[in-house]
Amino acid sequence: MSHDSYADQYIRGILNSVKTIAVVGVSPNTIRPSYFAFKYLLERGYRMIPVNPGHAGRELLGQTVYAKLADIPEPIDMVDVFRSSEHALGIVQEAFALKPLPKVIWMQLGVRNDEAARLAEANGIKVVMNRCPKIEYGRLSSEIAWMGVNTRTISAKKAPLPTRGIQRLSLDRPTLSGGATGAATRAQSKTGS
Amino acid sequence: MIDRTTERTPGFATLAIHAGAQPDPTTGARATPIYQTTSYVFEDVDHAASLFGLQTFGNIYTRVGNPTTAVLEERVAALEGGTAGLATASGHAAQVVAFHCLMQPGDEFVASRKLYGGSINQFNHAFKNFGWNVNWADPDDMSSFEKAITPKTKAIFTESIANPGGVVCDIEAMSLLAKKAHVPLIVDNTLATPYLWTPIEQGADIVIHSLTKFLGGHGNSIGGMVVDAGTFDWSRDDRYPMLSKPRPEYHGIVMHETFGNFAFAVACRALALRDIGPALSPFNSFLILTGIETLPLRIRRHCDNALAVAQWLSGHKKIAWVSYPGLPGDRYHKLARKYVPKGAGSVFTFGLKGGYDAGIKLVSNVKLFSHLANIGDTRSLIIHPASTTHRQLTDEQKVASGAGPDVVRLSIGIEDKDDIIADLEQALA
Ligand SMILES: Cc1ncc(COP(=O)(O)O)c(C=O)c1O
Repeated sequence: MSHDSYADQYIRGILNSVKTIAVVGVSPNTIRPSYFAFKYLLERGYRMIPVNPGHAGRELLGQTVYAKLADIPEPIDMVDVFRSSEHALGIVQEAFALKPLPKVIWMQLGVRNDEAARLAEANGIKVVMNRCPKIEYGRLSSEIAWMGVNTRTISAKKAPLPTRGIQRLSLDRPTLSGGATGAATRAQSKTGS
Repeated sequence: MIDRTTERTPGFATLAIHAGAQPDPTTGARATPIYQTTSYVFEDVDHAASLFGLQTFGNIYTRVGNPTTAVLEERVAALEGGTAGLATASGHAAQVVAFHCLMQPGDEFVASRKLYGGSINQFNHAFKNFGWNVNWADPDDMSSFEKAITPKTKAIFTESIANPGGVVCDIEAMSLLAKKAHVPLIVDNTLATPYLWTPIEQGADIVIHSLTKFLGGHGNSIGGMVVDAGTFDWSRDDRYPMLSKPRPEYHGIVMHETFGNFAFAVACRALALRDIGPALSPFNSFLILTGIETLPLRIRRHCDNALAVAQWLSGHKKIAWVSYPGLPGDRYHKLARKYVPKGAGSVFTFGLKGGYDAGIKLVSNVKLFSHLANIGDTRSLIIHPASTTHRQLTDEQKVASGAGPDVVRLSIGIEDKDDIIADLEQALA
């Protein structure tokens, strides 16, 4: 499939189905984008597993940090790659050794490796590249609109009420997409949390 | 789980009504609720910390963000094709907020000399006090922009269609200059509105609005907006430390690295609006949102009426000249056909053969036109700048700023055009 743009339903389908996310390259530094994304997704109810060899054995927001994917003692649904593009292939190869296989390889905003993507897809793994799951969650739930951000979605349907928390909006919101606008294209060009 | 998402690009009129808004998830309220509150309770201490640290999305205090205002921000961003918006208490406040994120004391920017008079004042006086130095250039001569750019230049500023009307700027040419100098192009799109013109398509990096005018459209609310196009690379060099350096006022966050292609809008909110303070009232946001729903209908009518009035005036024996780019033969007609084919807006000037006294007489005689200092209302508006907004200037200054003694500015409303013309006819008789 093309990785230049993604249908909202593809991204929403992934974020609605995965439960356990391993974040490779997450930083314990509280002002780093990877920390922001990790914390946000944790607060949204995902089981978040930090992977960072420099901090293995310690805890990040109450979650044990592992040195590498192979060390994680439980099945994971999605691997979120917070490393630069050239590391993506190695991480995909590590993911292949996992049993069961993860369902999704997600490469962060600014990270794209087409070879790694082809390899993953050939093995039945869904791929997202050059996107941030925090931004996508915020966009598709419309929580990110509280920051004035253009979600490129519209809807006349009342979204379901999230079952916990305040200032939270449901991801499971039927929307019309803004489609491939200029802003959508530009969203792929920069780093972000 | 069934996903009923459909992939389609909605049209402008659909976005003008729907972008940013949705039925309230709690009550089902369909119109956007007015969240007339100063503050928002936290779930717990951790939630508060996440909000203050910009680690999660949400509201803390209405100076920094408000759910009604957020709908307005997304709406205008969507109409302009930007990544994000930041609403402010006025158009002038939007300019302060945007420049605060670009300029250090001693820095310079280049601005078109054909601007709303209030912006000329703001740049010449208020901004000078901040150490932000403007270099003026002539939008009819691109080489003057090139000459005005120095190593200290941090931005280029222009209006798309310039107030008091009649001037259409070559945004594409300006954008090329801005790209060459690696500075953002800021376009005040107030007079055109995104219905007529979306300057981001020609390379604008930041779009500014006075929502007071056509977007609100009913003359009832002052408001402003900064739209981030998401196009500028703030981290290319060290010249934009508000975006590219760890911010001490935000415990070391680097805005561009953290917020990517909407970093400028977040910087405007977190570093400028938070610390300078010109937040828009949620009630004004609601009124402006309601105005925007009919933007396409109104602007079409504004433009039709304005063209009819301009044509009528140019055939009148007491009128010396009419400056409306919608008229064939106008010096900006070619640029208008290129950039605003749907219409050249509804604000323009004309000259009275009878000079100053004829101007005074006209504004005194009109009965349907309102004599006041605003534009972009449903009502037709008239002003004689030489006796009002530009009164304090010398005669030479008046002429230089397009406010000579004979000049009258109109903002044509959406009344019946025959009534608008009849009022001018009786007032000129
Ligand atoms: C083109 C333009 N920009 C900016 C402004 C300033 O906006 P505000 O009055 O909302 O501060 C105006 C107001 O007349 C204007 O016409």
